[in-house]
Amino acid sequence: MSTGDLSIGATAPSWRWGFTDTWVMTKRNLTVWSRVPAILVFTLVQPMIFTLLFRYVFGGAIPVNIPGGYVNYLLPGIVGQTAAFASMATAIALAVEIQKGVVDRLRAMPMARGAFLGGRLAADVVRMSITVLVIIGVGYLVGFRFQGGFGSGVAMVALAIALGAAMCLISATVGLWLKNEESTQAFGLIWLFPLTFISSAFVPVETMPGWLQAFANNQPVTHVVNALRAFALGLPMHDNLWLSIVWIVAIVAVFTPLAVRAYQRVS
Amino acid sequence: MIGEKRPFGNLPDVGEFAVVVEGLRKSFGEVHALRGIDLTVERGTVVGLLGPNGAGKTTAVRILTTLLPPTAGRASVLGHDVVRDATAVRRLIGLAGQATALVDELTGRENLEMLGRLYHLPKAQARERAEELLTEFDLLDAADRPAKTYSGGMQRRLDLAGSLVASPQVLFLDEPTTGLDPRSRNGMWEVIRKLVAGGTTLLLTTQYLEEADELADEIVVIDHGQVIAAGTSDQLKDRIGGDVVEFSVTDSQQLGPALDAVAGVGDGDPEVDDSRVSVRVGNRGSELLLEVVRRLDNTGIGITGLGLRRPSLDDVFLALTGHAAEAS
Repeated sequence: MSTGDLSIGATAPSWRWGFTDTWVMTKRNLTVWSRVPAILVFTLVQPMIFTLLFRYVFGGAIPVNIPGGYVNYLLPGIVGQTAAFASMATAIALAVEIQKGVVDRLRAMPMARGAFLGGRLAADVVRMSITVLVIIGVGYLVGFRFQGGFGSGVAMVALAIALGAAMCLISATVGLWLKNEESTQAFGLIWLFPLTFISSAFVPVETMPGWLQAFANNQPVTHVVNALRAFALGLPMHDNLWLSIVWIVAIVAVFTPLAVRAYQRVS
Repeated sequence: MIGEKRPFGNLPDVGEFAVVVEGLRKSFGEVHALRGIDLTVERGTVVGLLGPNGAGKTTAVRILTTLLPPTAGRASVLGHDVVRDATAVRRLIGLAGQATALVDELTGRENLEMLGRLYHLPKAQARERAEELLTEFDLLDAADRPAKTYSGGMQRRLDLAGSLVASPQVLFLDEPTTGLDPRSRNGMWEVIRKLVAGGTTLLLTTQYLEEADELADEIVVIDHGQVIAAGTSDQLKDRIGGDVVEFSVTDSQQLGPALDAVAGVGDGDPEVDDSRVSVRVGNRGSELLLEVVRRLDNTGIGITGLGLRRPSLDDVFLALTGHAAEAS
């Protein structure tokens, strides 16, 4: 063994390896996604079903007072829900890799500490972005139309992805603590369902009983969906944008260290 | 010594030992997985950590590969403390375990190239190294198939190849053949022998005495988190009496003459259980098996169930601890 081999890991500053390793892990995760038709279909088809279900089955019974009718109300909601739900795959993928022992093997290697989590989050954000764009496409097919300008459209997509990324951090923490595919999946439904359904995503919050409104009006998904809707339809933003940003920043600030700690604790 | 080039780069001089373990303890709450283990692995040698399920083998490997901090004691690999100097240790070791690090959806080649990149080999070098390892491990034909289509034996070989992308100086194999069929097991042994011939220091854990026997220069027997015996395979076998030649006489009347015939072969008097005779033959199994056959053949005594029984892990445990090698 020559000293040349030893220096392999030492020729570049560690922050550079952080990027390279994260990129390698991101590519790895995206390749897996693209090669498993079941995951691909699940991540894309599930939001499509929600779109069609609410557009054609429930939508007719939900009166809303906005230009373009319910389909225009619905789509920003579906986008928000899709971004939030996409985080479930983060938790499951992490739990599976811990169960399989992959994490152990990677941790015994000189790769950058953050690359495993970073690569997972980066890949999931890319995946989620693709899903969101596909859903907007599907929305167009069923009658949704942007009422704001192009810039507002971009802002809407960006905000949805920011929400999704924050949700991924919560999910990652959950997956890393539970370390088990089934319980992660079950627990994911427990917190994601209320958060997305008891919000303004599908129905106006005013139609809910007062005690439920209290929750719905003060949780991040409602603020984000209202902001998405304001971007998409050119409606007044009120406090929704800055409240959304405060929520997202707060979630990231709280759950980044929690996820990192949970990852370090895995053993 | 500052500025002077030492034989092992800028590593501290650790002499002949690649792995040094002193008083290693690990407790998980009330469960004491390791109760003070001392262990050394000489450079270029193979040490087999032999023990039943739950003996603490995997815990020891996890500590040595920086995955777990010990509760007490110290361990170092090539002079680097596994706790304080974990990063340096990770650059020098390879680990393959019961769980594989493979991504099922990636091809064999992609898996190795990815691992090469994570070991910080430049792209071209990672590609080259993957090709090299695929050839060496007889996986070239399957190189571009997803790993999930591989047989169990092939997956283990690919995984082992993955632990070698950075040409580690010290390799840790945690039960490399558990769950493999005998043919794949032999294939793994072959591969491991080649590695060792190339000078890699190896610490492997196993539940099989036969495996330790085949691969290890020195065997360390552990049970309930403690080292209960250590030595070469022959030394251990001598402690438990070595191999045994066994046969039964077809006619129990002939037991006497049969015992007379084999008298003096092997160590001590033959043991008799019903019509079954056991002759302790130490480590001269094949040679003395022939001798027994020759003598019995000359007398014309009818025998059945003739065979050479090598001591099993159970025999070792029974002899060393008085209990069978069952997971407790």
